Amino acid sequence: MRVSELASKESRVTNHSDATPQYVITAENLTKRYGDVTAVDSISFRVPAGEAFGLLGPNGAGKSTTMKMIGGVSQRTSGSLHIMGLDPEQHGPEVRAHLGVVPQQDNLDEELKVRDNLLVYGRYFGLPMSYLKPKADELLEFAQLTDKAKSKVDALSGGMKRRLTIARSLINEPRILLLDEPTTGLDPQARHILWDRLFRLKEQGVTLILTTHYMDEAEQLCDRLIVVDKGKIMAEGSPASLIREYSTREVLELRFGSERNASIGAELEGIGERLETLPDRVLIYAHDGEAALEQVTARGLRPVTSLVRRSSLEDVFLRLTGRSLVD
Amino acid sequence: MTRKAELTKKAELTKPIQAAGTTTAAPALRAHSPEVSAARARRWGAFFYAEQVLRVMKGYGWTIVMYGVGQPVAYLFAMGVGLATLVEANGAGEFGGVSYLTFIAPALLISSAVMTAANEFTFPVMDGFKWRRVYYGPHASPLTPEQIAGGQIIAVTVRFLLQSAIYFAVVALFGASPGAWGWVSILIATLAGLSFGLPLMAYAATIKEDRGQFAMVMRFIVMPLFLFSGTFFPLDTLPLSVRWIGWISPIWHGTELGRVVAYGYEEEPWLTIVHVFFLLGLAAAGWVLTKRQFAKRMAS
Amino acid sequence: MSVLTGSFNAGDHSVTDAARRRRFGPIYSRNVRAVVARGLMATKSSNWMVMVSGFFEPVLYLISMGVGLGAIVGSVQGPGGQEISYAAYIAPALLAVSAMNGAVYDSTWNVFFKMNFAKLYQGMLYTSLGPLDVAMGEIFLALLRGAMYATGFTAVMGVMGLITTPWAILMIPASVLIAFGFASFGMGITSFMKTFQQMDWINFVMLPMFLFSATFYPLSVYPQSIQWFIQAMPLWHGVELLRQISVGVFTPATAVHVGYYLIMIALGVLLTTSRLRKLFLK
Repeated sequence: MRVSELASKESRVTNHSDATPQYVITAENLTKRYGDVTAVDSISFRVPAGEAFGLLGPNGAGKSTTMKMIGGVSQRTSGSLHIMGLDPEQHGPEVRAHLGVVPQQDNLDEELKVRDNLLVYGRYFGLPMSYLKPKADELLEFAQLTDKAKSKVDALSGGMKRRLTIARSLINEPRILLLDEPTTGLDPQARHILWDRLFRLKEQGVTLILTTHYMDEAEQLCDRLIVVDKGKIMAEGSPASLIREYSTREVLELRFGSERNASIGAELEGIGERLETLPDRVLIYAHDGEAALEQVTARGLRPVTSLVRRSSLEDVFLRLTGRSLVD
Repeated sequence: MTRKAELTKKAELTKPIQAAGTTTAAPALRAHSPEVSAARARRWGAFFYAEQVLRVMKGYGWTIVMYGVGQPVAYLFAMGVGLATLVEANGAGEFGGVSYLTFIAPALLISSAVMTAANEFTFPVMDGFKWRRVYYGPHASPLTPEQIAGGQIIAVTVRFLLQSAIYFAVVALFGASPGAWGWVSILIATLAGLSFGLPLMAYAATIKEDRGQFAMVMRFIVMPLFLFSGTFFPLDTLPLSVRWIGWISPIWHGTELGRVVAYGYEEEPWLTIVHVFFLLGLAAAGWVLTKRQFAKRMAS
Repeated sequence: MSVLTGSFNAGDHSVTDAARRRRFGPIYSRNVRAVVARGLMATKSSNWMVMVSGFFEPVLYLISMGVGLGAIVGSVQGPGGQEISYAAYIAPALLAVSAMNGAVYDSTWNVFFKMNFAKLYQGMLYTSLGPLDVAMGEIFLALLRGAMYATGFTAVMGVMGLITTPWAILMIPASVLIAFGFASFGMGITSFMKTFQQMDWINFVMLPMFLFSATFYPLSVYPQSIQWFIQAMPLWHGVELLRQISVGVFTPATAVHVGYYLIMIALGVLLTTSRLRKLFLK
């Protein structure tokens, strides 16, 4: 592709004042099969520039595979995919020049020192040392690894490695940041710092594509998300709208002891909008949890414990993808 | 709470923990008591761990057998048949009246065991302590660090015996073991493997960071020992400046012993005794150091 | 937070944008340099000792077999029919073997390990590097290392008095040619490998090639049919080529040996490039 063509494409993409949204990622009927296994099954979605877009789903739902296809490091079986208007399979290097990637498992260069990891990674993007040296120091500061600059990667703790991977993904000032479970293995402090940083990136117009197991993370960060299961999209929308659509405002959790939970279902019939019996507790989905609890006690039932809480994305997630383990 | 529920509750507290929801009356599967476990581990622990290592080896058992057969065939043909034509044309008298093939066969057998030792007592040890930390699983069971080390050694010894037996069978098929006691070289090869391998294992257990030490061991210890231990020519052929390598080499001591049993190679009887004690001594020292290092490393 | 300020907001003149505007191919970003620089830096900061030590292996063989066995064997017939010492006879062969071993190791085990265990290439290939950059960089590094070993080994031959002609200096580029042949093929073959057990097959091929390719004794000890078979193998051509160069005796066969490697390189590069996506992009 000619330089001028690419430049014009870029200027269109970054033009936020445009009335019609510019999509930085467009996937149509995207499918990936490994032998007999269909990891991604004809999914379609579009991500406008500057959005924080979440992919939620249990293990094996196809999230990481989708991320790999976006980066052009995994070939799709069928369907179409465009990143900044380019097919990542035809223009892999070009597409990835715009991306920052935080893979699910850290793949730092164990043979290099911490700061050299950033410098060398920047070189892969063809960036000059005059830019990379100060940039690497800034990013080490950002990841709170300045005093580890000359350490071996091997000597870092799990959390430090994760922070270095995240810092590395920013070396080329990416316009699209792919984050595959970015905060897994981080302590709460580090998670909150990272959320803050991601928020600022978003404010500057960086598009975030995020997979996560943490529903609070998805609620915090994502403007919009899709829930995927077994390679298919189960639901799509903002966190609030998904809760509205697939759950109730509140949830009442009752414990009657593991012997009785199963049998008590019939006696709770009619309370709330939906009832779910689990081995350790009974969940009643209701608009008003306290009111539901009054109804329960009115029927002469005495739970060992009871808890009223707001409905969360986790309820939506479990409802859509089921409670059994998938691995 | 109802009376019935209270009773159930009490019963639950005194009952051993059961998986939720199991109400069928099938006879419960019970582990034997902690005391029995501990007693058995004290007695048989090393063998329990040896079993695990052998199971892992079975994963690449096919490779072991292929190497076990392929390597002797290739070396005996190339050196014992091919190189022999060159060597015997010029220096037939150098090998104590036997063919060149007969001369090198014990050396190749011993070297093969030592090379295996160089692999089995390095990377797996590093794997145990650092890479996949496989030693720390059994360490959380009643097994002691010494038993874990011992188990690994037992398993590798089994491999030495098997591999050397295959090697010897090939040598015999080549007609390169004329004596009746040739089969003893299987045991000598196993001993040589341990006498080189156990000190190496003690060293491997001290390594905390992988900086390519094993590659250095291969290049600066194993290779020179292989090449300067009277393997392809009598040690006396070499100048004194490198001949000493042979004297401290388990490969040389093993090879000389092997030649004695394979074709009645004539050497001073005291030298034969030195070979045996050298090999036994090195193996014993290696075992003591390994035990100590395993205990120290796992306690830290 | 300047760290996070994507400077693309400030206009299209930033360094990162300039890097994005370079010309790219579908699997190539014209940035082999970065892969080579990474390799050199990694060698410097972690395993230079191991790297340097690789030079000693053929030297030890030369001393052991050349001096020890040489004392028994005496002299043998060289490529031009002249009598040469046994050490001078095996030295070029050991250099050829070392070129083969180094190149095969670097292009197979090393690539396989970095791909499947160190996950190094996964990181690289999420940047604007393409698989061709990675492959070319790794092969270049392998050849650089081969050239260094060859230079060192040739110097040792000189010190041991095994060099009698200025032509011998050509053994260095010839070793690189041999290494290129093996490296280009090796990487293509690695793309078919999925497990460590399969990787072991490589050694099954290498060991007999090392032992039987007229390394330690002339081909004439074999019956004719086996001779033909060995003459079809690449290592034999490498051994013969270096042996001819070492004494400065050239025949039409020299051109055949060189031609064999040129064809091997062409086919190897073709195979490797056609398998790049299979090798690096799963």
